[in-house]
Amino acid sequence: MSQRHLLALFNDFDEAVAAITELRAANIKGFNMDDLILKSPIEHPEVEKVLGDKPVHVQWFTLIGACTGGLLAFFLVASAQANFFSQIKGGKPIVPLPPDFVLTYEMFILGGVFITILGFLICAGLPAKRSSLYSIKVSEDQIGILVKGDESAVAIFKTIFTKHKALEIQEEAGK
Amino acid sequence: MGKDIREDIAWAQINKDVLKSLESPRRMYWIILFIAIAMIGVAVGSEIYQYQTGMGVSNKNNSHVWGLYIATFIFWIGMSHSGTLLSAILHLMHADWRKPIYRFAEAMTTFSLMTAGLFVLVHLGRLWMVYYVMPYPNERWVWPNFQSPLVWDMFAIATYLSSSVLFLYVGMIPDLAICRDNIRAGWRKKLYTVMSLGWEGTDRQWRNFRITYLTIACFLIPLAVSVHSIVASDFAMSNMPGWHVTSFPPYFVAGALYSGCAAIITLFIILRYVFKFEEYMTLPIMKKLVRLTFAIAMVWTYLNLIEFASVWYGHDQTAKDQLIFKATGPYAPFFWAMIFFGSILPLMLAFKRFQTHLPILFVVSILLNVGMWLERWMIIAPSFAHGHYPWTWDHDQWPSLVQWGIVFGSFGWFTLLFMVFCKVFPSVSMYEVKEMVYHRSLALKHKPAVKGEY
Repeated sequence: MSQRHLLALFNDFDEAVAAITELRAANIKGFNMDDLILKSPIEHPEVEKVLGDKPVHVQWFTLIGACTGGLLAFFLVASAQANFFSQIKGGKPIVPLPPDFVLTYEMFILGGVFITILGFLICAGLPAKRSSLYSIKVSEDQIGILVKGDESAVAIFKTIFTKHKALEIQEEAGK
Repeated sequence: MGKDIREDIAWAQINKDVLKSLESPRRMYWIILFIAIAMIGVAVGSEIYQYQTGMGVSNKNNSHVWGLYIATFIFWIGMSHSGTLLSAILHLMHADWRKPIYRFAEAMTTFSLMTAGLFVLVHLGRLWMVYYVMPYPNERWVWPNFQSPLVWDMFAIATYLSSSVLFLYVGMIPDLAICRDNIRAGWRKKLYTVMSLGWEGTDRQWRNFRITYLTIACFLIPLAVSVHSIVASDFAMSNMPGWHVTSFPPYFVAGALYSGCAAIITLFIILRYVFKFEEYMTLPIMKKLVRLTFAIAMVWTYLNLIEFASVWYGHDQTAKDQLIFKATGPYAPFFWAMIFFGSILPLMLAFKRFQTHLPILFVVSILLNVGMWLERWMIIAPSFAHGHYPWTWDHDQWPSLVQWGIVFGSFGWFTLLFMVFCKVFPSVSMYEVKEMVYHRSLALKHKPAVKGEY
């Protein structure tokens, strides 16, 4: 069955949350809760909880980036210093650990920051083309609920959205 | 104390007010821009003259090898700590009053670092040799000395600059999407479309955004401390009298936060006036900022006393002579001016009546930064003038107009970058102000963030 997209815009979080709760409770055939996207002008962790547990994996990128950055820096510096034929050390340690720790630390942070950003882009799905069901009202003051479901579910969606005082409902045929 | 922000400001109004600041500039904006460009002109002229004639024209000599350039370099590095303080530290502490003012503080961080970086080039004289400090494979197998704090500086500042730029950018993505949605056409539309990366404010985007922003904030705090500690190591790791002090790194960090906070006060007042941000850059927020500045000023004063005490009661007679020289020799007026502007003047900030008196705060914040600039100069010049060996003493050296011109122009360069930023990008974070308004209005109604149990 062909699928359709609906975007409903709400004036406040309470109504949007009530609509999501009802969508979940209604157990609509041809609609999966994972296909629901909440669009909001502000960060609102409490409302996101309504959607259920959705893990974030950015921290793994951070861990890998920071460790790689630190290790690369240490090995770059240490291998340059170990080239002792060119840099005469006069009895001092060839690879002095305390000063090398400073650069290792700086690159630990640089690697961490860079790869965290990369992780953010990957995990958040950015950069992306804006979906056709997008309202600029979402970046202003309205909360959007984007759902995808079978054609049979559209009527139920509309009923629920209207019941919860949706200001506007946009519809688009799915691909 | 009044409210940090009105809880009844409509979200659409917040967008409108901030986006208005991106529209055609007022006359005052052009005046500031013109002055900034004129100041840059002075610096460029001085630099060209110095470049063509040689470093001699700066009046630097064998004793005074660094002069104003490095003093101003430290000053600008210090200034950059303000953004980290307001953005990262206060973000972690959930101090939401920072929200209307942190964006321009972050921009300040970036532009201060860009200004500081110029002084590294300027003070070299042979600025085409700057690549010597970078580790790159070369045919002679010669590497920079990785044990030198000057090389650490290069790594630390490059890390801090790139991390700060990314932090500023990531935090701006939701606002860039607002700009994209509200600007009709032209180069701005294209710029915002590309830079907003297709942000739509989905729950997935916000969830990852929140963790990313928090993670970078956590990285930036120790990074900022390490950057200024490393700059302090440029001095503390040497054997020069007056520099070889264990407390230099925390002293530098406190000084950095201090000058950064004072600069935020100055720019707060300028932006509030130029962009008519009275609704967002409010007096109660200023009051908090002033109290924070006062607290940091007292920390700086304490660390100053620690430094003097450890030299005075230490066993290094040359360092003690150096301290006496600073306080009584030819640099005494500047030294005591530093003490006055840095430790005495901020006591004014403890008085309630001055905490929201903008004209007075404007003048005081500039004077505090004069004090902080003098602090950096008083670290460098007296030690060079009165070092270990009497035959290297040079008490009469005075920086030439070329040095002063370049230092003067750096303020123009910073102002130019900052004012252009404020015209192209939103200098108040729209989405965070909305969050602030939203949560405060809920608190006012004693209402939970979400109704019921989920």
